Amino acid sequence: MAVRTTELVIIGAGPAGICAALEAASHGVKTTLVDRGEELGGQLIKQTHKFFGWHKKSAGTRGVLIAKKLAEEVLNNENITLLNSTEALGYYDDGTLLVETPRGIDRVLGDRLIVATGASERMLLFPGNDLPGVYGAGAVQTLMNVHGVRPGDSVLMIGSGNIGLIVSYQLLQAGVRVAAVVEAMPTIGGYAVHASKIRRLGVPIMTRHTIKEAYGKEQVEGAVIWELDENWNGIPGTEKDLEVDVVCLAIGLTPLAELLWQCGAEMAYIPELGGFVPLYDETMETTRKGVFVAGDVAGIEEASTAMAAGRMAGLSAARSLGKVSDLDYSRLRNEIAGELEGLRSGPASAKILSGIAKMRAMLQSVKEAAAVSEAEPANQPANQPADQPANRPAKQAASEPAKEGDLAEAGARDSEAQGNNGSKSEEAVGA
Amino acid sequence: METGRSSCKTRIEDHPILDFPARKEVTFTWEGQELRGYEGEPIAAALHAAGIKVLHTSHKSKRPRGFFCAIGNCSSCLVVVNGVPNVRACTEKLREGMRVQRQEGTGPAPRSRE
Repeated sequence: MAVRTTELVIIGAGPAGICAALEAASHGVKTTLVDRGEELGGQLIKQTHKFFGWHKKSAGTRGVLIAKKLAEEVLNNENITLLNSTEALGYYDDGTLLVETPRGIDRVLGDRLIVATGASERMLLFPGNDLPGVYGAGAVQTLMNVHGVRPGDSVLMIGSGNIGLIVSYQLLQAGVRVAAVVEAMPTIGGYAVHASKIRRLGVPIMTRHTIKEAYGKEQVEGAVIWELDENWNGIPGTEKDLEVDVVCLAIGLTPLAELLWQCGAEMAYIPELGGFVPLYDETMETTRKGVFVAGDVAGIEEASTAMAAGRMAGLSAARSLGKVSDLDYSRLRNEIAGELEGLRSGPASAKILSGIAKMRAMLQSVKEAAAVSEAEPANQPANQPADQPANRPAKQAASEPAKEGDLAEAGARDSEAQGNNGSKSEEAVGA
Repeated sequence: METGRSSCKTRIEDHPILDFPARKEVTFTWEGQELRGYEGEPIAAALHAAGIKVLHTSHKSKRPRGFFCAIGNCSSCLVVVNGVPNVRACTEKLREGMRVQRQEGTGPAPRSRE
């Protein structure tokens, strides 16, 4: 078993993890980037649509091209060591990350850790949901946009959020028929620009409809949809039988947070953020000191915010390693906070913002409870791992420019004060 | 844009945005039957292109299983490759001469590895 030491380990080389790595490396942090896949870029490698967001960032650029550019930057950065085709297995109290490389199991010892593991697709309950031919929207994208294979001849899309709408369009581009998009809610979930594109191509978007069942002997041969009443129950007599060989689920994502559970970070169920998420502060640090998060694992959003949050996590990790001067830190931090503010300024971000507010309130009460138990040392078990720095406590303490608690508080004030300065004048561009 | 039923061809050749460069063809077997696929693509992609969607049967009720997430998360697509069970068809790369079999439940015991 090889042992690799590094200043910062990042798990996940999607948009969040890559941007965290590039930011940290730009401050001279020796960074090890671990990813299960061979290719860098996470789910960007299958996203053929153009991004929304800010012109000066990646708006108007296709996901596949963003992935290519980010991958090049990582490969050309001498501070970043890439461990691809490598799965992270577990993170332990002494700061060991166990990884499985193609050659065997290694230990990676890092002073700091950023978890940017992303999300997994949600499942929907209906008879026949386990039949081959029922695929996640991400799987459909992977199969056709990365590997060039059509998922089938005719698709029923479940969900009219942006993913459902965009993947429907991508299916049409690949020459696959989309029989219908069904949406349980009374209104279309995604942007009108995406909905209009597929409607113009003749795809019906049926709101207040859902799948009743998928059927077939060994694989999907058809699906029945029906209308829902105001109590979300199917209305008998409204069934329609669709001749499809693929049922594509685009009903949302949930954070892939197993490593955070396993390493003892405080978690909470916050529906607005997609399920169980870690509690983390404005610097992206979890309740496990030295462990930061970024991207969908911290709450389901999209790639532009993941990139900005990744930079924030990378900056915070570099700062806590003593690599960033006060002046640079506050300038960069305000810049990134302003960018996140801008990206989240639209009406579609209201849910995310309320989820983050909920999460921060929970973090506050956890911190207060911890402060109380610290004031009563008798109740404090010796050597409580959650309060330990990620690794090598003595060295870390010596290199720390300021107490992290102080920083977090100062940061909270910073981001409040600068809330209205986030540039909202940048125009969002459509696909 | 053509939105009608595709001509049953599963490989995408013309795409308005993406190019799929020519890759090296390899031969492999599925349940003893010889098939062609591209070297380095996931086994599941090659099988799907050949019209094969059932890759696995569930442990208890023996229901058919195919791939679901396509990125190695869900373990719905486990197959037996060269006698080794529990290989994720959606992430394992296709190589010349691979012997791929449908995995029944938990698959053959490890001692039957070749």
